[in-house]
Amino acid sequence: MLIPCPHCGPRDVGEFTYGGDATKERPDPGSAGAADWCDYVFQRENLRGTHLEYWHHAQGCRLWLRVRRDTVTHKIEAAEIVGPWAAATVRETGNDEGQDVA
Amino acid sequence: MSGYRLTSGGLIDRSRPLTFTFDGKRYQGFAGDTLASALLANGVDILGRSFKYHRPRGLFSAGVEEPNAMVTLRSGARTEPNCKAPVVELFEGLEARSQNRWPSLGFDIMAVNGLAGPLFSAGFYYKTFMGPTRKAWMLYEHFIRKAAGMGAGTQLADPDHYEETNAFCDVLIAGGGPAGLMSALAAAQSGARVVLADDQMEMGGSLRGTPLTVGETDGDAWCRSAVAVLSMLPNVTLLPRTTVYGYYDDNTFGAVERVADHLPVPGEAMPRQRHWTIRATRLVIAAGAIERPLIFAGNDKPGVMLADAVRVYAERYGVAAGQRVALFANNDGAYRTVEALAQAGVTVVAVIDPRPDIGARAEATVEASGAELLTGQVVTSARGGRRLTAIEVTPFDPASGVQDALPRSIAVDCLAVSGGWTPTIHLASQASGPARWNEDLAAFLPGDPLQPWQAVGACNGEFSTAACLAAGIQAGAEAARACGFTPSPISVPAVDAEIVCDSILPLWDARPAGHKGAGGKGKAFVDLQHDVTASDVSLAHREGFRSVEHLKRYTTLGMATDQGKTSNMAGLALMAHERGLTIPEVGTTRFRPPYTPIALGALAGQARGAHFRPLRRTPMHDWHLTAGADMMEVGLWQRPRVYRRDGESVEQAYIREARQVRQSVGIVDVSTLGKIDVQGPDAAEFLNRVYSNGFLKLPEGKARYGLMLREDGFLWDDGTTWRLGKHRFLMTTTTANAATVLAQLEFLLAAVWPTLKVAVTSVSEQWAAMAVSGPKTREVLAAVLDDIDMSNEAFPFMGVREGHLDGVPVLVARLSFSGELAYEVYCGAHCGDAVWRKIMAAGAAHDIVAYGLEALGTLRIEKGHVAGPELDGRTTAEDLGLGGMASRKKDYIGSAMMDRKGLVDENRMKLVGLISRDGQPVRSGSHLVLANGESPPRSLGHVTSSTYSPALEKYIALGLLEDGPNRIGEALVATYPLKGHNVDVEVVSSHFFDPEGRRMHV
Repeated sequence: MLIPCPHCGPRDVGEFTYGGDATKERPDPGSAGAADWCDYVFQRENLRGTHLEYWHHAQGCRLWLRVRRDTVTHKIEAAEIVGPWAAATVRETGNDEGQDVA
Repeated sequence: MSGYRLTSGGLIDRSRPLTFTFDGKRYQGFAGDTLASALLANGVDILGRSFKYHRPRGLFSAGVEEPNAMVTLRSGARTEPNCKAPVVELFEGLEARSQNRWPSLGFDIMAVNGLAGPLFSAGFYYKTFMGPTRKAWMLYEHFIRKAAGMGAGTQLADPDHYEETNAFCDVLIAGGGPAGLMSALAAAQSGARVVLADDQMEMGGSLRGTPLTVGETDGDAWCRSAVAVLSMLPNVTLLPRTTVYGYYDDNTFGAVERVADHLPVPGEAMPRQRHWTIRATRLVIAAGAIERPLIFAGNDKPGVMLADAVRVYAERYGVAAGQRVALFANNDGAYRTVEALAQAGVTVVAVIDPRPDIGARAEATVEASGAELLTGQVVTSARGGRRLTAIEVTPFDPASGVQDALPRSIAVDCLAVSGGWTPTIHLASQASGPARWNEDLAAFLPGDPLQPWQAVGACNGEFSTAACLAAGIQAGAEAARACGFTPSPISVPAVDAEIVCDSILPLWDARPAGHKGAGGKGKAFVDLQHDVTASDVSLAHREGFRSVEHLKRYTTLGMATDQGKTSNMAGLALMAHERGLTIPEVGTTRFRPPYTPIALGALAGQARGAHFRPLRRTPMHDWHLTAGADMMEVGLWQRPRVYRRDGESVEQAYIREARQVRQSVGIVDVSTLGKIDVQGPDAAEFLNRVYSNGFLKLPEGKARYGLMLREDGFLWDDGTTWRLGKHRFLMTTTTANAATVLAQLEFLLAAVWPTLKVAVTSVSEQWAAMAVSGPKTREVLAAVLDDIDMSNEAFPFMGVREGHLDGVPVLVARLSFSGELAYEVYCGAHCGDAVWRKIMAAGAAHDIVAYGLEALGTLRIEKGHVAGPELDGRTTAEDLGLGGMASRKKDYIGSAMMDRKGLVDENRMKLVGLISRDGQPVRSGSHLVLANGESPPRSLGHVTSSTYSPALEKYIALGLLEDGPNRIGEALVATYPLKGHNVDVEVVSSHFFDPEGRRMHV
């Protein structure tokens, strides 16, 4: 599987570490109840189809990515940088590098 | 003895004889032979015994689909079991042995299993051993595994080496037959980068050795000229002897090249095999097709072979498979065998075909051969003991099936069988929708692609050479176009008229209706390699295992090393018949990689022995070795365990080292600790959110011990973090969690608190680190430090100072893991060795000792400090007596969930100290039980870390014990039943030594 890292270009999945469901948002410690925390920490859907998930480019740029992937076909529809670096670092390539090749 | 060498013909080189042995007996073959063709030429009938019934088995095929002729090759460390004789290239001195026979191939005692037939039918193991009498399996497993099985591997290390490599191309072509070669030519002339892989010794596939005229020459010469053209093109990589075995995401392929398997031993610096990871924009699958057998009683006798294999042995290897050959086929294509045998002068006795009418060309071929043509008839039985001697032929009516008439017997020693062809859709099915049924061919064709591939030639149902060549050009050009190239048209070579495999009658089972039950006369096999009979399929149906997935697992049909290449279709057909459905309604199972078995060595590649994983050495590694350290692996790191002196045991060494630290001074390499540089205006706030204790108010020049929890409230990691400046910290983690802590910090900054202005960077490898401990430490360090005031007042406990050690910039932190007066000295990694040596030199006056992990453990256990064995992912801060460090005044990772009911239960196991009462060592992992409690005893907890304590002069341990703090003073037994080890222990506080901490504050 190739993951189109917006910073480095398409890279083999072996360079990445899976980070789980990217739709979960950490509850606000000030207001969240036990059920919210339980949902955030333990509850995960085992989706068939499009899944939004975190991948860490641990053996590359070390950025965390939010990747939209089909769990059936492994086709990756989108990958974006998470966090404060998201806006600044899209690589200028002039071709379709960084896009999904599948 | 029926097979023999023809006086002429074939691609073998009769001027280059090769000698080889089979079961110790010497034989002769020629260069260009396979082991199978050479054995056949020598008239060797029985090549193995079958899996369950130990029936004699001979050669069945001429390719990777071989279910019978499995042999063990070579000897000693190079022993390789379960090699398929038809794909083993002959070389001088080759050693082969038959398998699954005892005491010998000719006389096999286990053949009595055949008499006990019903016992070994489908589901035998489940019914006999896995049901109410489960225990019986434990008793019998050893004998059953010995009786049913195949060759045995060797326990010796593989002396050969394997390579791994990568290739990137526009078009990968899997299969170098006429379709594959033509595709390669068409794609390559457009300029596309082409990789062409073929699993045989030479490319050409079905054309190799054929007299068929292609273009202006014979098929074989055409192949060689095509290969010659391709090998001159710079954009083409040819991979002969290479199997593309697996199709993975994003058009990535696994392939194994057998570089040296055709040689007695690999040449110098030559790998035995090479694993290729190939990324291709397009794949062209030109994998061909595999002939399938027909079902009748005794269809496994030596002498019954696939029809096309009989042709291949004659045309390609100059070997006749028998002296009186008959053909039993339900399609025209098989008549090519009659043509080839007649051409070679081999006697064809009869041709049996269930169809009332056959193609004109086929009919003419039989007439020319002089064989008797028996249309509208089938072979219902093959007879003979160790070799086929006769077949029984019975009339067949397409409407009412096989007639239960008195059969006619025909004496033959070889029966060529053809039930049509099964396209090799394995690779395609790994990246496609369900396979498509083609009624005309009675075969499954590749389903709709889910990745960019196309199938061409026989694997796509194109069974004539002319069609393969034409479709090959088209596929190659199309693949190149899809990669952005512009192929120019090339013309299709003209092909002589040939017999084509069409007009098939989908007959699978030729047994007479009355003989299909379990008691039928003679076994009729579906899966030869796994000894699955037609009646096993009926049995599976009767017992309710009717889906193809259940059929496969219940009968093991198709689950042998040949993965059912010759048997799957017949199995599906029989089940469809039983269920009254069509084959496509029953469906087929999906093929998974690998296409053929792969040596584990090829997958491991160079990653074995010392290269299995990376090795991490600290900057002081060489010093440790010179000092005679016993090194041990800690994750990827190499760390000194003890520095043994002459004649010392490990225990004596660590006791000496630990004692010396407490008495004078010692030094230990702690460079393996994770070190993370944390910088930014929000660094203190960030640390305050990831540690359970407060970090906002940590002053500059001070260090603090911190605890990290997981979000679920359990303890995760610990370490000290040093404030080097207003916005700059140096965090240390445990050696084991260095990488995961960094990844978690990066995650939190990216996904959870993106507004915090903090950057984290691993500096683990930039810093060399050593801890110097013991009452004399201050004097030793003061002697080498240039500009740091070491007095207790100027440099208090937990202080951090920057300075120089004999000119080398260093960071010194006054931290103590040992409980002694101690400092950690950090310097640039490149200076680590020099700084270490300077401290050692300065410490010589005080007999400084270098100590290893064992003494480090001893010292921290004496102090009750926790480490990896206690931070096991199931303990909380409270469990380890660190509850006071889990703040109640702030939010941090884990704070929301750490007070869950189960985590604050009074009865949780908590950290205690244990002292051995009888002078015996306490084994880590022992369970703590009451001395005179119930039997079997209930575990109250377990021992996590243990050591001999030189300070207490006793064996001591740390443990986790239910309600531990309230049990102090109790006597328990630490039991280790696996070793029969029981030690009486007393529960004490985990702070064994200097509980007030006076020694480190001096």
